[in-house]
Amino acid sequence: MGLASWLILIPFLTALAVLAVPTRRSDLIRWVALVGTAAHLALTSYTTWAFWQEASPDLVAVRTETVSRVYLVERVPWFESLGIDYLVGVDGVSMSMVILTSIIIFTGVLASWNVVHRTKEFFTLLLVLVTGVFGVFLSFDLFLFFMFYEVAVLPMYLLIGVWGTGRKEYSAMKLTLMLMVGSALILVGFLAMYHANGSTTFDLTKLAQAHFETGLQRWVFPLIFIGFGILGAMYPFHTWSPDGHASAPTAVSMLHAGVLMKLGGYGALRIGVYLLPEGAQYWGLFFMAVTTINIVYGSLGAITQKDLKYFTAYSSVSHCGFVLFGVATLNLMGLKGAVLQMFSHGVMTGLFFALIGMVYGRTHTRIIPEMGGLGKVMPWLAACFYIGGMASLGLPGLAGFIAESHIFLGGFFGNSWTNPILSRTLTVLATLSIVVTAVYVLRGLATVFQGPVRDPHHAELTDATLTERLSTGILVATLVVTGMVPGLLIDLIEGTLFPIVNRLQATGMAIPGHS
Amino acid sequence: MPDLSFILSHAWLIPALPLASFLLVGLVLRPLHKPLAGAVATAAVFAAAGLSWWLAFDYLHLPKTAGGALPVLVPTSVEWLRFQEGLSVHLGTLLDPISVMLLVVVTTVSALVHLYSTGYLHGEDGYGRYFTFLNLFTFSMLGLVLAPNLVQMYVCWELVGASSFFLIGYYYDRPSAVSASKKAFIVTRFADLGFLLGILVLGYYAFTIHAGMGAAAAGQQALDFAFLTRPDVLSQLQALQGQFLGIGTLTLAAVLIYTGGAGKSAMFPLHIWLPDAMEGPTPVSALIHAATMVVAGVYLVARSFPIFAASAEALQVVMVVGAFTSLFAATIGCTQDDIKRVLAFSTLSQLGYMMFALGVASYEHPLGYTASMFHLFTHAFFKALLFLGAGSVIHAVHTNNIWQMGGLRKYMPITHGLFLLATLAIAGIPPLAGFFSKDEILAAALHSGHTVVFGVGLLVAGMTAFYMFRIYFVTFWGERRLSHLHHQDDHSHDDHSHADPHESPAVMWIPMAVLGLLTIGAGFVPIPEWVRLVPLDGKLPEAHHGVDLAVAIPGTLAGVIGIALAWFFYAGDPQRANSAVLKLGRFYAVIKAKFYFDEIYLFVTKSIIFRLIAGPIAWFDRMVVDGLVNATGWVTRLGGTAVNASQTGQVQTYGSWLMSGVVLAVVVLWATTRQ
Repeated sequence: MGLASWLILIPFLTALAVLAVPTRRSDLIRWVALVGTAAHLALTSYTTWAFWQEASPDLVAVRTETVSRVYLVERVPWFESLGIDYLVGVDGVSMSMVILTSIIIFTGVLASWNVVHRTKEFFTLLLVLVTGVFGVFLSFDLFLFFMFYEVAVLPMYLLIGVWGTGRKEYSAMKLTLMLMVGSALILVGFLAMYHANGSTTFDLTKLAQAHFETGLQRWVFPLIFIGFGILGAMYPFHTWSPDGHASAPTAVSMLHAGVLMKLGGYGALRIGVYLLPEGAQYWGLFFMAVTTINIVYGSLGAITQKDLKYFTAYSSVSHCGFVLFGVATLNLMGLKGAVLQMFSHGVMTGLFFALIGMVYGRTHTRIIPEMGGLGKVMPWLAACFYIGGMASLGLPGLAGFIAESHIFLGGFFGNSWTNPILSRTLTVLATLSIVVTAVYVLRGLATVFQGPVRDPHHAELTDATLTERLSTGILVATLVVTGMVPGLLIDLIEGTLFPIVNRLQATGMAIPGHS
Repeated sequence: MPDLSFILSHAWLIPALPLASFLLVGLVLRPLHKPLAGAVATAAVFAAAGLSWWLAFDYLHLPKTAGGALPVLVPTSVEWLRFQEGLSVHLGTLLDPISVMLLVVVTTVSALVHLYSTGYLHGEDGYGRYFTFLNLFTFSMLGLVLAPNLVQMYVCWELVGASSFFLIGYYYDRPSAVSASKKAFIVTRFADLGFLLGILVLGYYAFTIHAGMGAAAAGQQALDFAFLTRPDVLSQLQALQGQFLGIGTLTLAAVLIYTGGAGKSAMFPLHIWLPDAMEGPTPVSALIHAATMVVAGVYLVARSFPIFAASAEALQVVMVVGAFTSLFAATIGCTQDDIKRVLAFSTLSQLGYMMFALGVASYEHPLGYTASMFHLFTHAFFKALLFLGAGSVIHAVHTNNIWQMGGLRKYMPITHGLFLLATLAIAGIPPLAGFFSKDEILAAALHSGHTVVFGVGLLVAGMTAFYMFRIYFVTFWGERRLSHLHHQDDHSHDDHSHADPHESPAVMWIPMAVLGLLTIGAGFVPIPEWVRLVPLDGKLPEAHHGVDLAVAIPGTLAGVIGIALAWFFYAGDPQRANSAVLKLGRFYAVIKAKFYFDEIYLFVTKSIIFRLIAGPIAWFDRMVVDGLVNATGWVTRLGGTAVNASQTGQVQTYGSWLMSGVVLAVVVLWATTRQ
């Protein structure tokens, strides 16, 4: 069995190990989960190295190719008559997403150290969920992809419904149903492509070599993009996200906003744009416009939020808008920016939700105006919040800037087949968010952490514990390293994006009336 | 490139020192040992200053180019962020006369301010945090000065903004400091949006040109200053047909970039953040909000001057806004009671001076460029001294209000002498630094044919002398007034506040004395010989020398009249000033309220953006968008309930349905198969 399979299997095995521990030994359960995710982090690092060994010699060749290369491939025929394989492997984009997920689940386990209610079931479900996520990022067979996708989405219902707060049943139901609508659209799209290719294979690399006729591409692309877009909080299908995040327990919010929402952007890019370039060209500007609404509307919506989780959720709507906006630009810088934004937003929002959980655990309130002056009481948490906030408003030196600068350039440069005036206007509108983001981030953080201590009870609270410092420290360090040395991530993902862009370019040349 | 000495080829060491110290102090020393944190931070910047002086010395001894100018070098360039081929960002160091000059200014003033701060903030809780951010600021500012391309400029530009934000909000439990820090960040961010859009516009067209040039652009990236200011690139940019609202592409890009500069340099109407930024500790105001960060906008325009020179309209904007700001701010400066705010308005006014000097410059009349940089150089020293002097006073009397000071020259002789020196310098009295640079600026305006701007400059020179001597007389002359009012100063040394004010410790007055020496000497530094606008063909004309009496005499006279008026109103009978204020009445009140600009901004943000846009959007999202989602759920459930009625659980009902179905199927089959 190869590295990719182990990456999927380790969380699942850890889940089984957790199940084997007696229920009352909740400390042991945590440690098992922590060791399992730590092992996963180690294996991810090794896989990254192994991937780089294989992929880096090809970096020049892929610049002119039109089919992405996949490395560390494992293929086992599964339903041969239907052309379904167990096909897993790694490429640059999926590698970066696996690194993200591995960091988030490790820090998420640390951040869930004080979950006391049904600890065993909680960690089991969390680990099953993340198994599904790794499966999605590593599978290159659409059927397998879809199966893992459902594995990732469904445990969320229980995790929120059982361990959540507030209107948890309502939120869990809403989230699951809306995401299911998305999966239905995706499934129709998958089957249409499968059928159009003679019902022989679900293999992504083979489907990439098939040429789907223009008419099919044009009706399937929006299904795929909207289907994944719902998961990526695309306007107007984003409303599950504020309620879902607000109700979910800390680690679930972290995983959900940090990783699960990334499946949306990942699928839209990897399957939508890659397999259906003509459809993407036809709809690109439309989706740029929709996601511009996301970006601006989400950030304006965040300004007046009172609950820290709603505040972060609206900020996520805005930032996830950047991911889909980047995908919709359909050029190298935009696509690269989209992947970078997935990574940076994943880490950033994971950090935010971890911190909110820690603050809430102390103050027992998430209402912003009820807090004040906490910076003096909990300097570590305040410092991490400020670093996250600065990343969120795109301060250079942190990850957010790297992603956003790519996306703005991508949007502004546009394409030969889009009207430059329109794509530039949309980009200019999207850039307005950098001001709005500064407004809500600074207002929110100033209210919570600065000024005199508002509630006298808060003056006696303590700063972060060692586990909390470890989990937030890892996330902050990731933001800083990505922002300071962007080349690490760019080198990793660029090789996979060239073929996708080349396909679009080649198709662009073929469209009559465009040059 | 000639053989470079060690420091020229390792110029990156200069920003690297404060960066290393930032990390060391911020992560290790700050929690461990406060005095050591301050000492390390200060030592690192002193070392950087030493290296900068060494670098400047070596740089000035380099062989001149064929055209007679000092060479432009990029000794370090490392790829950092690769957007795509031809558009990749290299971090590096660009050495030319203006960047070397600013290196010296920034490191020198920063080192002195660091030293001063060790005394000023002695024993405070936030001591370690303060030095961490002061180091970060110094590093970012040096990176900005050395930037060889627009993106590094933007990156460091944002970082200085962030460090300024954290330092203005240093007293973070004080609501006024918190809101001032937010205001500073958000207003400059709004301006930076212009900068960003300018980079996008320029990046796009420069990239297109870059791609079209092939091998001729080898080794250069589209956003490098070296590429953007190439004559062939500029002429292609100028020839672009694209128009936006009737504005040519190049003008549009230049004005957008200028917007960023106008935000940082607090040009009207983006000036509102700077007076509030005085909420930060006074040494921060001296370093960031007087000597270095706020001149970044001027520096940006000077750095990309060839782009501006290619668009007469853009330069026109720079000139008009600069001249207006200098007059506008000087007017307000005459009415404020807070010593730091008067200094802040005077900074605004002087920045306007530097900007309009650039605006009147052109390849035909290059003096404005030189004059602007010269004024930037001298202003940094005397304005930093003024702020440190004000800090020393505030440290002693625990108030910012000049009307609660008075008579301090007896108690603080050193501070008094140095403050007077700097006040004379800013008033343009020869032979102090301000005289020479102000003279150059006025000469540049006059000789390039901008008589109105010259007139404004002269008027502002007189007003500057007036309001600066106003605070000087009120603070240091007359009788000692209240000192035990509950104070609003930076500090809380309550134990001293009833005692007589006393001179600041040596660690504070020594840096001030060094700045005093620079205030005397800076005017004699031959900046005008070194910093010259190099024409596109690279051939420098003969430099002009000496003081232009036709400008120097009226300029000095304006200063003397200003001082005399200030003496008349504020040094003698206080009734004179009061009755003048009464006569001006409403007019004076409007000026004193800073023309209500803060209120206008507050109205726009609070009442329009928050109440009319953000609030309704949040409501719309919850009620309408999410309402539709819930409605869908509700309709589905309703449908479910309707169908539920059929699920009775009675076998008879199911049986009858089944039978009806079978009958229906049979009928349908029969009907369809019938020939």
